Amino acid sequence: MRSDRIKFIVFALVVLLLPLPLSGGYLTNVLIFVGINGVLALGLNLLLGYAGQISLGQAAFFGLGAYGSGVLTTQFGFNPWVAMVVVALSVAVFAFALGFPVLRLKGHYLAMATLGVGVIANIAFNETVDLTGGPSGLSGIPNLAIGTLTFDSDLKNYYLVWCFALGMILLSLNLVNSRFGRALRAIHDSEVAARVMGVNARLMKVQVFTLSAVMSAIMGSLYCHVMTFISPTSFGFSFSVEILTMVVIGGLGSVYGSILGALLLTLLPEMLRTFQDYDIIVYGLLLVTMTIYMPGGLVEGIPALFRLIMPTKKGTEVGNA
Amino acid sequence: MKKLVSTAFASLALFCMSTAALAAPPIKIGALFAVTGPASFLGEPERNTAQMVVDEINKAGGVKGRKLELITYDTGGDATKAVQLANKLVKNDQVVAIIGPSTTGDTMAVIPVVEKAQVPLISCSAGIKITEPVKKWVFKTAQNDTLAVARIYEQLKKEKKSKVAILTVSDSFGSSGREQLKALAKHFGIQIVSDDTYGPKDTDMTPQLTKIKSAKPDAIICWGTNPGPAVIARNAKQLGLAIPLYMSHGVSSKKFIELAGDAAEGIRLPSGKVLVADLLPKSDKQKGSLLAFIKDYQNHYRAEGDHFGGHAWDAMMLLKGAIERGGDTPAGIRNALEATRNFAGIGGVFSYSAKDHAGLTKDAFTLVEVRKKDWVLVK
Repeated sequence: MRSDRIKFIVFALVVLLLPLPLSGGYLTNVLIFVGINGVLALGLNLLLGYAGQISLGQAAFFGLGAYGSGVLTTQFGFNPWVAMVVVALSVAVFAFALGFPVLRLKGHYLAMATLGVGVIANIAFNETVDLTGGPSGLSGIPNLAIGTLTFDSDLKNYYLVWCFALGMILLSLNLVNSRFGRALRAIHDSEVAARVMGVNARLMKVQVFTLSAVMSAIMGSLYCHVMTFISPTSFGFSFSVEILTMVVIGGLGSVYGSILGALLLTLLPEMLRTFQDYDIIVYGLLLVTMTIYMPGGLVEGIPALFRLIMPTKKGTEVGNA
Repeated sequence: MKKLVSTAFASLALFCMSTAALAAPPIKIGALFAVTGPASFLGEPERNTAQMVVDEINKAGGVKGRKLELITYDTGGDATKAVQLANKLVKNDQVVAIIGPSTTGDTMAVIPVVEKAQVPLISCSAGIKITEPVKKWVFKTAQNDTLAVARIYEQLKKEKKSKVAILTVSDSFGSSGREQLKALAKHFGIQIVSDDTYGPKDTDMTPQLTKIKSAKPDAIICWGTNPGPAVIARNAKQLGLAIPLYMSHGVSSKKFIELAGDAAEGIRLPSGKVLVADLLPKSDKQKGSLLAFIKDYQNHYRAEGDHFGGHAWDAMMLLKGAIERGGDTPAGIRNALEATRNFAGIGGVFSYSAKDHAGLTKDAFTLVEVRKKDWVLVK
């Protein structure tokens, strides 16, 4: 338990000090999106990695958060913070109500149902032109502000997003190590056994589904205020799959794994730009290689890689002696 | 001897100075295009054209003796990525100006970035929101949809057809077209008797066309980009609709005729002049630019230049002119751009002003008709 706390403090320090050497450059901007994507992946990981329930509709909740905040602030003159709370609560109610019928389904059927939710949400963003601006997007969304401090630069937004992210990481760490987290893992291993042991599996699945939806929605609100412009293409099916990829590459059932996955998938395309037109091929190859050779994700893969390299060094030394 | 040494030194010094002049750092220009993803039909020709223009300019000695360097990034048509890459161009690459992005969505997303960084942006997308209201640092080369709508309505009015059915695609191109079709109808005395949409990936539009048929319009106007309109053309032919079919400039390339096959026959659409460059009269101001663009594109890529590439050609040439007149600072380029008058490019004759950053009139479009798998001008 204590080592967990130290781990978190070290992680938080790294996050808080990271922008200093970057001096507000372009990487700071990318790291804002790492924070947003990290929490999205974390939300899905709680659902998929811990409770074993798949969702291909995470982008819908992210989009609901973004459009909710965007529409309330631009069309109805809400204060951005009030809008964020209103949207988070509405998404919570919506996800809770949706969770009961949808989470009765299992496996492929659950994947299909959540995929459907994602597609419907995207169509709604596209077609309600009067409200959302439709396919050409919604612009003129204000930045967030506390008093006279307006979050209008990359550096300020970095700290804004990562404060939220660190809070949610801490919350998730506490959650997975609590009775609730253990019950979720029990559901993952065998839902029947968990129910026999007195775990209210049905309610818990809906609760964790709601939690992940709300986390996504809050990130959506932040996203729209950071970008000041949103369009439906950012909340499509492909983005849901991208979040899923982050979770799987990072490591199922690991809080830090989600952040690591988001970091890799957000930074990798930037680093691969040197390959120009071939970047997509290299990107694909890397992902395939990682899923084949690191089935446990980066959190297990990196230490394993480390161990693989270290003993061979020792081995050769022994051989020489 | 002494004289010889001093001459040697002098010539050496001269030589050093001249190499210093030659090695003046290139002027960096950023480009954002959707080379991959659903809008790649825009991004690819735009990227190719921009690179081609830069190569040609450098071959001819650069701008005022300085070479241009084009830094291109692929947005994939994703607004989030476009914003990240615009930041990269501005902060890391420190470009003096940006051309692109290809889509209205991407452009709207990067506008806050360039406005804050005070770097001029010449967008290659058509959305009317980009330059209305006018934003200090944002210009565009693609023709406003309004102009294309006006061109069609003008023709209908001339033929005394007043009842139209509109069928638009549900993406940013289609919804902008739909808005303008509805907004301008009254002005031209046109009545919209049926208003339908279709999805960008739909493969059968018979239901919409059947509904339209029962509304008995004088003409159908379809607003979309490939492949949807080709499907509509085929469906209309299958249904035996005898109503004149108008398309948007979104399909003004040979690709549309290929996709629609025989069903394309008789379809009319407003188009940039690049499609019919060789049919234009000699008096046309744009003819020189058009023929040069088509020839260069053929030489570089062994393919036909289309009007999407033309948007990038216009953006690069406008930028070149602005650098020649206004220097290599973002502010200088912006002011020179705004002062551009009567630049005959591919999309039309551009005249920017403090109140107009789109710079075109409805003469930018001509109405063409498909006859025997080729384009002819509609008189």
